[in-house]
Amino acid sequence: MTEVLRLEGLTKSYGATPVLKGVDLTVRRGETVCVIGASGSGKSTLLRCVNFLGYPTAGRIYLEGKLVGREVTDRAGVATMRYRESELCAVRAHVGMVFQQFNLFPHMTVEENVMIAPIKIRGLSRQEARKRAALHLDRVGIPEKAGAFPGQLSGGQQQRVAIARALAMEPAIMLFDEATSALDPELVGEVLLAMRKLAQEGTTMLIVTHELGFAYNVAQRVIYLHEGTIHEEGTPEQVLVNPTKPRTQDFLRGVTTFRMPEPRLGPVDQASTSKGA
Amino acid sequence: MPYEWNFAIVLKYLPNLLEGGAHTIALSAASIALATPIGIVMGIIRQQRIPYLAPIAVVYIDFFRTSVALVLICWCYYALPVLIRVNLDTFTAVMIAIGLQASAYMAELVRAGMQSISPGQWEAARALGMPGHTRLRYIILPQAARRMIPLFFLLMVEVVKTTTLAGVVTYPEIVYDAFRVATEIYRPIETFTIVGLICFVFLFTLGRIALYLERRFAVVER
Repeated sequence: MTEVLRLEGLTKSYGATPVLKGVDLTVRRGETVCVIGASGSGKSTLLRCVNFLGYPTAGRIYLEGKLVGREVTDRAGVATMRYRESELCAVRAHVGMVFQQFNLFPHMTVEENVMIAPIKIRGLSRQEARKRAALHLDRVGIPEKAGAFPGQLSGGQQQRVAIARALAMEPAIMLFDEATSALDPELVGEVLLAMRKLAQEGTTMLIVTHELGFAYNVAQRVIYLHEGTIHEEGTPEQVLVNPTKPRTQDFLRGVTTFRMPEPRLGPVDQASTSKGA
Repeated sequence: MPYEWNFAIVLKYLPNLLEGGAHTIALSAASIALATPIGIVMGIIRQQRIPYLAPIAVVYIDFFRTSVALVLICWCYYALPVLIRVNLDTFTAVMIAIGLQASAYMAELVRAGMQSISPGQWEAARALGMPGHTRLRYIILPQAARRMIPLFFLLMVEVVKTTTLAGVVTYPEIVYDAFRVATEIYRPIETFTIVGLICFVFLFTLGRIALYLERRFAVVER
């Protein structure tokens, strides 16, 4: 499989605070990779660096085998990356991003939301763009809402429009930044189903999510991010069911404390519960 | 002895007052026409912190916002022609003075409007690969403009009111004409009552139009 995205030693600091401390990651074509981790572990920062909404402090990003930016070595021999805004625009146009808060353009209809970037950036005619919008709105299951305004849609519908908007640029990879975290619980399912459909259709996806069930069922690979580094990585089975690292185990225990039906507590758990009470 | 009101005589001079009103409107419209493009450009330059130009915009905006309109008008009428060696009629001189001052307010309006658009909108546009000018043109400014409608009309009302200072350099706007009529017929009370009413009706109508436009272009958000 050809690689779509490769990160080498990706580092990002806000001032003196390091958020990503050298992440190496490769995503191959057609692959679905889920990134999980506690808040503050750098998940969102990682995604934002991939399409340069935030600039990496150090490290290299390759998109479809091509290094983004240009490496400059100063007199002391320290290599840093330089990025040109025009190049980054081209990169972002090839990387689809779906935000937690949807961020649809409220002054445009659903169809216009999906059409605007293909027209203005890819140079499609309105007619071609409309056809493409219809195709992708159909893929996410809301072809009938083309003429509606975002404010008239439910959160789940808005997020699916946002997915269609990103897809319409026919990106090499789709990034999802906690795409279901801002949704009412009963609307999460429809968005996850749309995402799974994309995965099954062979869309390359890098997904930051708290939906472990989704990660387990859909991802080919799961990454547990902890304090800015990849702490554990593997198949969903390895990372989510049989994690080897204590940190990962702690995280998963916290996230899955209650389940239906509730698992019987072992003697150790009971001891720690009574101590806490 | 109680005052004897006599509106009839003032109404005979109504055409004079309405002509003054027409001058006021023409002057206001010209000032707004001058202020709007300058204001939009200055506002964008400042909000986008465009290198080298932004500090100039800041000085420009602060200068005109803090200067006294009456002084600006007098200066543009008396001093500006000397500096640029072109004779300015009263209309042009006042238009420049009020237009430039209004442009500074307009710039702040544009900046505030742009800043009120949520960061998520800027990011979404960026994430789609839109370069800066495309983002502004299709995503940010259309939304900002809608939010600016009420404030823009407020600015227009302010401009109309400010143009009544143009009388000091003998431009025959409505208040200047009112003074002339009042001294001619010795009826300042009735004259200014009528002028007040004319102004009220005009500005009130303007306000209603603003309200209509605001609702017409409102965007459903949540």
